[in-house]
Amino acid sequence: MRSAWAAVVRVLKGGWTIAASRYAMILAIALIAYAVVLLLAGKDPIRAYADTFSFALGTRYGFSEVLVRMIPLLLTAVAVALPSRLGLINVGGEGQLYMGAWLATWGAITFTSLPQAVFIPILIAMGFVGGGCWAAFAGFLRARGWVNETITTLLMNYVAPLLVGFSVYGMWRSREVGSAAFPQTVAFPDAARLPRFFGTRVHLGLILGLVALLAFWFVMERTKWGLKMRAIGGNPEAAKRLGIRLGLYIVVVMFIAGGIAGLAGMAEVSALHGRLRAGFSPGYGFMGFLISWLAGGSPLGILTMSFVLAVVFSGGTLLQITQGVPFAAINVLMAIILFVVLANPRFSLGSLKRAFGNSTREQ
Amino acid sequence: MTTATQRPDGEPTAPLVSLRGITKRFPNVLANDSVDLDLFPGEVHALLGENGAGKSTLMKILYGFYSSDGGSIQIDGEEVHIASPLDARRLRIGMVFQTYTLIPAMTVVENIALYLPDLPLTFDGRRVSGKIRELAGKYNLAVDPMSVVRDIAIGDQQKVEVLKLLVGQARILIFDEATRVLAPHEIEGLFEIFRMLKKDGYAIVFITHKMREVLACADRITVMKQGRVSGTIERGAATEKALVELMFGGSVPDEVSMGGADAPGDPILELRKVSTHAEGTGVGLRDVDLEIRAGEIVGVAGVSGNGQRELGDVILGLLPCVRGRRRLLGTDATSWSAGRIRASGVGFVPEDPLGMGVVPWMTLAQNAALGDVEAYSRHGGLSIDWKHVQRDIATSFDELSFEPLEAWVPVRTFSGGQLQRAVLSRELGRHPRLFVASYPTRGLDVRSAIAARRILAELRDRGGGVLLISEDLDELCRLSDRLLVLREGRIVGEFLPCEIDRHRIGHLMTDSGGTDA
Repeated sequence: MRSAWAAVVRVLKGGWTIAASRYAMILAIALIAYAVVLLLAGKDPIRAYADTFSFALGTRYGFSEVLVRMIPLLLTAVAVALPSRLGLINVGGEGQLYMGAWLATWGAITFTSLPQAVFIPILIAMGFVGGGCWAAFAGFLRARGWVNETITTLLMNYVAPLLVGFSVYGMWRSREVGSAAFPQTVAFPDAARLPRFFGTRVHLGLILGLVALLAFWFVMERTKWGLKMRAIGGNPEAAKRLGIRLGLYIVVVMFIAGGIAGLAGMAEVSALHGRLRAGFSPGYGFMGFLISWLAGGSPLGILTMSFVLAVVFSGGTLLQITQGVPFAAINVLMAIILFVVLANPRFSLGSLKRAFGNSTREQ
Repeated sequence: MTTATQRPDGEPTAPLVSLRGITKRFPNVLANDSVDLDLFPGEVHALLGENGAGKSTLMKILYGFYSSDGGSIQIDGEEVHIASPLDARRLRIGMVFQTYTLIPAMTVVENIALYLPDLPLTFDGRRVSGKIRELAGKYNLAVDPMSVVRDIAIGDQQKVEVLKLLVGQARILIFDEATRVLAPHEIEGLFEIFRMLKKDGYAIVFITHKMREVLACADRITVMKQGRVSGTIERGAATEKALVELMFGGSVPDEVSMGGADAPGDPILELRKVSTHAEGTGVGLRDVDLEIRAGEIVGVAGVSGNGQRELGDVILGLLPCVRGRRRLLGTDATSWSAGRIRASGVGFVPEDPLGMGVVPWMTLAQNAALGDVEAYSRHGGLSIDWKHVQRDIATSFDELSFEPLEAWVPVRTFSGGQLQRAVLSRELGRHPRLFVASYPTRGLDVRSAIAARRILAELRDRGGGVLLISEDLDELCRLSDRLLVLREGRIVGEFLPCEIDRHRIGHLMTDSGGTDA
């Protein structure tokens, strides 16, 4: 209890209030800039914003949709934040998400007759392994000192959707009447659909995301593995000399990170689409990278920023309907946010990491 | 013309450079506190002082590298404002830095031409190399202008640095710790060059913390201490005792005396014909045979970059042996990981504690915990026993009689000496059987350096084996029970303390043949 209170005091005194006001400022600048874009397109930005926020935060349905959007963002952001503590830059959340969905789909359409209580854990495992192996390959190349993980993960982003496309156009393509016209697999059996809650589309993925985030925080801040990983990120030369097995950690951490991104893909296809479709992700993996970057890899920041961006995202869907703004226009807003962050080095990962490093002082 | 002072030889001459009241403040420290200094043409002026006394800062102000917070600079009696090294070069001031500023992939001519202020649009190598040959002949600085800097010896690189300044027409030459990477006979060669240059009216400032060198080459000696000048002495009046008095304001603690107490015990580490691959710009070890026994300090001398780092790394398990075997405590450890070697009782002090020994933004306690994560883990690694960590830090600092440090601040806020103590306490707190000390006193003030040397000697006396890699020949001679010389990845000589001959060691270090000298 006392430590909880101490934590609150630390938040108020420490970098958090500053960090929060910085996030607010980033968003304010980005929203103003985006308003100009909307104005230029002949739309009414004030109405657009009012619509977005009242829908997303004011209605039960709108709010539930925000949470649905938040799930893949949260998971892919953790998938970036975890390796970043080791100094690894995982840009491959998108590819790992696709591969998680791909392997989970194979499971779902292969073991059609399992009961749900067995099926769901299997799907979770397959989603994890699918994304994990995809990322661990990049980790392995990095650990051997052959190729930089940023390059491999980035390039593998282009391979994974093609693999999914190859499967859904080819061997897995549905022969069902009506749906055969689209590049997609057959519908998953009902037992292979992740449970949803409260009569909304909010699904088990939210819990997976929160658990991943909590585990990420706990492992990093409390355990011996976290200490070693932070040492690798803080000074690999020293870590090597202290006998920490860098290569092993790099591969394992990339596997886990990829696995977490894979869960996002698995949850999308299993809970929402109910089948694998070509190009089912509107770039969640890239968004996750943006979020982790904005949050400086801090768990609380990831939670906040993935929520905020989920609001923006569902706003995009809404504006498409009410104002006729194409959904892709939301990418303009994302780009503006990134631009604002990059334009001011004080918003960067390093400074927040430092604030974070200082806050771990009184363990 | 403001001041005309008596020159050492009695001739009244105006100073070439007069620094008056130079003050420089860094965030936490007053680096220069109204410093006055006169520099005459035709003299070698040594700036002596411990690390952090403000010698380099003062000269970097003269070279325009830093701007001073107060004071004035006069050259030839005229007040000047030096805002950048470019200004300084226009005033014919040149500086050789501790780490050389040559571009390894370029030839000597190209490197020198780069430095010239009036580099024409199209560059005529012949004109520059003619100039180089002329000056090189005059001052005994022979180097081939067409050779690539990467391929020439470190001593020759120093010559190129000097030539660079001369071709650039500097007449005030500043040398910042210029002898750090040189072998003894190369240092003498440098002093010979000084003598020739000063005959032609050049003014030379020689920054150092080594008494021996000061007495060998300087005409006048200015001693600095904590940002102030504590005195200027003429060469004739300078004695080691007087200089020590000025440097420390008292006496220095006693140096460690040669131990060599008992006969060394069983071998702790054996390297048998070990070879490694060369990594990056380094060299690989070739057929190295090395044995470190319990209760002995094995010193390794050599010009840096000749395999010292690789030797340390191969012992710590960071570099694989391509050929040969590594044995620890009588067991074959050739294929052991760094973690296993460390766990079997091997400790280290790296050449760069901040860059290689600690995680800078982590606290002292976190860094101490990293020293032996498994021992501090609780619940199978789910938590870490920070109380235990703190207890061990306290015990270890107490054993080494260090002043305690704040446990919960990031170690990057520590000074060099504090950082070294943090690393030493972590490593020695584990009571290692074998200790690899790479340049353990680099960057330490004299007192801390003596303390560190005493710790190594104590470790030896308690039956530990120590590998001491250092560039300080005095330190090596004082501590080593055996001294090896490393050159290009090979052990080229081995000495017992009684048969140590600096010149032979120097020639072995640089492969300059002569055994007479």
